[in-house]
Amino acid sequence: MTATVNPSPNDPPPGMVEKRGAGLWLSHIIMITGVLIVFFPIWLAFVASTVTQPEIVQPPMPLLPGDQFWNNYREALFSGVNVPVATMLFNSLIMAMGIAIGKIVISLLSAFAIVYFRFPGKMIFFWMIFLTLMLPVEVRIVPTYEVVAGFGMLNSYGGLILPLIASATATFLFRQFYLTIPDELAEAARVDGASPMRFFWDILFPMSRTNIAALFVILFIYGWNQYLWPLLITTDPSMNTIVMGIKQMFPSGDDTANWPVIMATSILAMIPPIIVVISMQKLFIRGLVDSEK
Amino acid sequence: MEKRVTFKGWILPLCLIAPQVLVSAIFFFYPAGQAIWQSLFIPDPFGLSMQYVGAGNFEYLLSDPYYRTSFLTTAIFSTLVTLCSMIPALFLAVVADRLIKGAGVYRTMLIWPYAVAPAIAGVLWLFMFNTRVGVVSWYLGQLGYDWNHVLNGGEAMGLVVVASAWGRISYNFLFFFAALQAIPKSVIEAAAIDGARFWKRFWTIVLPLLSPTTFFLLVVNIVYAFFETFGVIHTITSGGPQQSTTILVYKVFSDGFVGQDLGSSAAQSVILLVVVGALTIFQFKFIERRVHY
Repeated sequence: MTATVNPSPNDPPPGMVEKRGAGLWLSHIIMITGVLIVFFPIWLAFVASTVTQPEIVQPPMPLLPGDQFWNNYREALFSGVNVPVATMLFNSLIMAMGIAIGKIVISLLSAFAIVYFRFPGKMIFFWMIFLTLMLPVEVRIVPTYEVVAGFGMLNSYGGLILPLIASATATFLFRQFYLTIPDELAEAARVDGASPMRFFWDILFPMSRTNIAALFVILFIYGWNQYLWPLLITTDPSMNTIVMGIKQMFPSGDDTANWPVIMATSILAMIPPIIVVISMQKLFIRGLVDSEK
Repeated sequence: MEKRVTFKGWILPLCLIAPQVLVSAIFFFYPAGQAIWQSLFIPDPFGLSMQYVGAGNFEYLLSDPYYRTSFLTTAIFSTLVTLCSMIPALFLAVVADRLIKGAGVYRTMLIWPYAVAPAIAGVLWLFMFNTRVGVVSWYLGQLGYDWNHVLNGGEAMGLVVVASAWGRISYNFLFFFAALQAIPKSVIEAAAIDGARFWKRFWTIVLPLLSPTTFFLLVVNIVYAFFETFGVIHTITSGGPQQSTTILVYKVFSDGFVGQDLGSSAAQSVILLVVVGALTIFQFKFIERRVHY
């Protein structure tokens, strides 16, 4: 995972412009300082999730973890503030998986139709899909909310997932990929009498696996980290997702927030996307570069 | 656009493309159309009837000092977020690029914040700078500086900028690092042989070669600052104090859902739509040009 910089196990002779000696150490010190600064907010949240409330409300709070880890996380997961965090984690998981899988499925199919068929109205559909690239959900929140409310989909997984699937980034990614696949494959399939769907399942789908996985990583994080949309359409606390639910854990008015439990919840909310990013780092970077360019 | 070899039939491709078209039509085109339609009307206070006002909502908005201020706030905010996330990322990437060993480890460590949702990032930074329990604000107090982002608009802006830029450092670092690794070492070494010192090489060779990546990241980061930072602002300041952190997207939300001023909110959506459209066209033009680079 960390070998991408220097893939060969035998170090090549160092280039003449790489630093050695004091300069090398300075570079490492700069990187370590950078990592520590970037990391500090996460570390502090972790520390806060392992100490007691009095230790936090009398500043300065400690900078090393305490012994309340199990108590705080148990309280967060099974009772929470409004609703157990376990419930919110489950909702987030459904939403993130629904968005990732839903978007991949409809995009695979529509890209297949656009690239491998000629049919009436194709260009209209193509531009229709293309236009959806331009407008994030944040911009059309009020009317989209009304549509979802009209379907009676407030406080439902469908309402959380469907409006966020309506964008074409994935369709374009698959379209670009299909266009790089040699024509001979489709020709051979046709000569052999394979139906279009058979070609899709036996050839196109297996060839797309890496792209699908890379896109899955990106879309999972995108879905998991949604904030505004779940905030609008989940009025029932038991449907809250964890990312939007944390704000609801802060008391209104002057009461002191239950910081250890809130911070434990923050850490729990970060863990799934961080695991996905770190464990699939190569796919993630590839997906990032592909989907943005 | 399409393959030389295509499959026959048009019912199957229409079925394949149908899910995407349906989802886009219901959750994208209909709401977007509604936003444009609603922007031409003012609802009465009870929401029973709509009065046609033509461009009235737009004229009102553009003469509204709050809206103009919000434009300015957005411009300042997105400029600062872009700078605060790109400069440290470039610096770290340049340093990491000079290391033969360990760069991959640093990259893995620096990716973490990307996975943290903007809303969670908001909670983490709010916790550090909280006026009562925050560690950083406490130490600032020891140094004689009285931090209070709840009352001080400038400090509030600084805090939401840093919290928004934080996660983007990872993202920008990944792109800069990949671009730096792609620069042929021979180019750099040739300059070194000609006697160019590190900074000379950086300004005259490395930075120009990075310009496609830099421009790409500029656009992407501005789009991020415009649309995806809602969670940060909602968790930290809720647009305050005195609207000093109310960016345009936040205003769409607060006027539409909190203020229930649907006509104005819809008109704001339409204005944002134009802004995104302009940014998207700019980005596509730039990508076209980069092909010739």
